[in-house]
Amino acid sequence: MHEYSMVDGIVRQLRASAAENNIKQISRVALVVGKLTMAVPDALQFSFEAFRKEEPLLKEDAVLEIREEPVMGECKDCQHRFEIKDYEFICPSCSGVNIKLVSGRELYIEYYEGE
Amino acid sequence: MVKVRLATPILQENDEAARENRELFRERGIFVLNLMSSPGSGKTTTLERTIEQLPEGLRLAVIEGDIYTTRDAERIEARGVPVVQINTAGACHLDARMIKPTLGDFDLDAVDLLIIENVGNLVCPAEFDLGEDARAVVLSVTEGNDKPMKYPLIFRLARVALINKIDLLPYTDCDMEELGRDMALINPELTVFPVSARTGQGFTLWMDWLAEQVRHKQAASRQ
Repeated sequence: MHEYSMVDGIVRQLRASAAENNIKQISRVALVVGKLTMAVPDALQFSFEAFRKEEPLLKEDAVLEIREEPVMGECKDCQHRFEIKDYEFICPSCSGVNIKLVSGRELYIEYYEGE
Repeated sequence: MVKVRLATPILQENDEAARENRELFRERGIFVLNLMSSPGSGKTTTLERTIEQLPEGLRLAVIEGDIYTTRDAERIEARGVPVVQINTAGACHLDARMIKPTLGDFDLDAVDLLIIENVGNLVCPAEFDLGEDARAVVLSVTEGNDKPMKYPLIFRLARVALINKIDLLPYTDCDMEELGRDMALINPELTVFPVSARTGQGFTLWMDWLAEQVRHKQAASRQ
């Protein structure tokens, strides 16, 4: 379960940023997760809850909000942009297979709230 | 209440360490392969067969990732190849920061090819760049042909796939045609080698590919 290492990375970023911004307690964390990452939202939630118990920076009832990004591709031949469904990296417009991945591998904290 | 916008990637620390590793490998002209698969697909046996068929003068070193044991490293060491073991102590994947400290244990001037055997797992290792030149995924026919669609990221990011245990193909329901089609949908640039690490079938093409990558990397580093 690599989600645990991911949440560890999240908490470390939060600690650094909270110190810079003089924030003592965090109540909400908004995370963006691309659908091509192998991070499972439920497992991220589960790991977040485990960290929340130990990490004084996270409020007891702190919330992790996850926004999933679709897998988007751009055809290098005809520049058509499309959502990649069922992992088929083929252009629906020209059937080209030179597809650049535009989104789907995101994994970042969009924002957090605290005081 | 304060709202702070961030947007730095969560794996940034890993990606930075991977960049440093990659730069070091570039300077030294070492071709680095990140070998990934599920447990039991035959990564270590593939490695043993690769050692056996290594062309004269091609100097290999191995990093073995394992959760707790040193069994795989012992198998490699028995064949006289420099090997360093990384025990992840529970973690399901290697990350770039684990690689760096091990590099001091090798005489890097005497290494042309470094193969990093990742922890047996098709999910987590895919997410972590180690600084490698290429990723290879080993899939054995006994696992079934549905694996690429179930674990697309690892197949999307791989440069080569070794379809192992093809000597057992008649005893399985693995549909090679469907497997080929699914892999091509996910990654049309994937180079596929059907092999049997046990019998050595298909290894000539695999070894040629590997030797070609090493030559290419050395030539690029001399420029």
